[in-house]
Amino acid sequence: MGGFDLGYAPVVLMAALATYLTRIGGYLLVRRFQRLPPRLMAALDAVPAAVLSTLVAPALITGGRDAAIAIVVAFLAGFRLAPVPMLLVGWAVVMGLRHLGL
Amino acid sequence: MAETLRDEFWQGARKALPAILSASPFGALFGALAVDNGLSITDAMLMSLTVFAGASQMVGIELFGQKVQPWLIVLSVFAVNFRLVLYSASIARHIQHFSRLQKAFGLFLLTDPHYAETERRADERGRVRFAWFIGYGIALYVPWQVATALGAVFAGLIGNPAAIGLDVLLPIYFLSLLMGFRKRRNWLPVVAVSSVVSILALKVVGSPWHVSIGALVGMVLSACLPLPVEGDEAPAADAQGRREAN
Repeated sequence: MGGFDLGYAPVVLMAALATYLTRIGGYLLVRRFQRLPPRLMAALDAVPAAVLSTLVAPALITGGRDAAIAIVVAFLAGFRLAPVPMLLVGWAVVMGLRHLGL
Repeated sequence: MAETLRDEFWQGARKALPAILSASPFGALFGALAVDNGLSITDAMLMSLTVFAGASQMVGIELFGQKVQPWLIVLSVFAVNFRLVLYSASIARHIQHFSRLQKAFGLFLLTDPHYAETERRADERGRVRFAWFIGYGIALYVPWQVATALGAVFAGLIGNPAAIGLDVLLPIYFLSLLMGFRKRRNWLPVVAVSSVVSILALKVVGSPWHVSIGALVGMVLSACLPLPVEGDEAPAADAQGRREAN
């Protein structure tokens, strides 16, 4: 497992290039176009919430019952807590459940 | 105007301190999870050095672990980082006076908090100097590399990640990022729809398509919902960016 293989390096570098394009892309676009269509802006505005939801929600059914409970508790705590405390709450819940063997 | 370039650089660097403190645990977490998902320490370092965008790095290693097709990994990283397009569009007016090379290098360092502080600096000083801009960027970049390395090396000493609860940290980390956007228009409907659709798509179509399908449906929903009142668009977009980065 793991070891010294560099098999992932080409994909990592492609991902780095894609990321760099996002960093310069907005600058280059705004120099060209004055404004984007409002509906397109609304779709782009939803990108973070939409993408991140798809990364969290499936863990509710794939991660086991203890992980699902921790995620729900962390979600509710997230309306009040900053990211790091929220992470600690979720972690404490899952560790507690595992300790109790639930 | 009395400030030297060195002053500007260190002012920028000092501004990065809160971001360094909050990002470093995630840099270490990234290093540990990367190794746990089968990446070598070298690959993990290469990713932090060249991508330098925490959330998308987490997404990347999650997909590496699932043996997803390479193009989809690249596309997913691009999708998660798409917000940087909006940031670089928004700060374009503040960095126009940089030389072409300064822009090319400076924008490589752009992250959420960097964006927010740049907007603030422009409000306070009327302009953003290159020394300040890279002072902030480098001050965040170097600790991120150190944290990744420590996490990756330390991960080798960790046995079963589930035993110490590491497995649940990644979804909850994404959840914490998700909560950071909750002041955005349409947040709740988008989250609800994308969540449900991604779970259904996971069952029906399978991984990793559930990510793209769920995200796309959420974006279409947002485009179809009523638009904000005409006229307050620019200030709203500005304030939004600032809120998120906090």
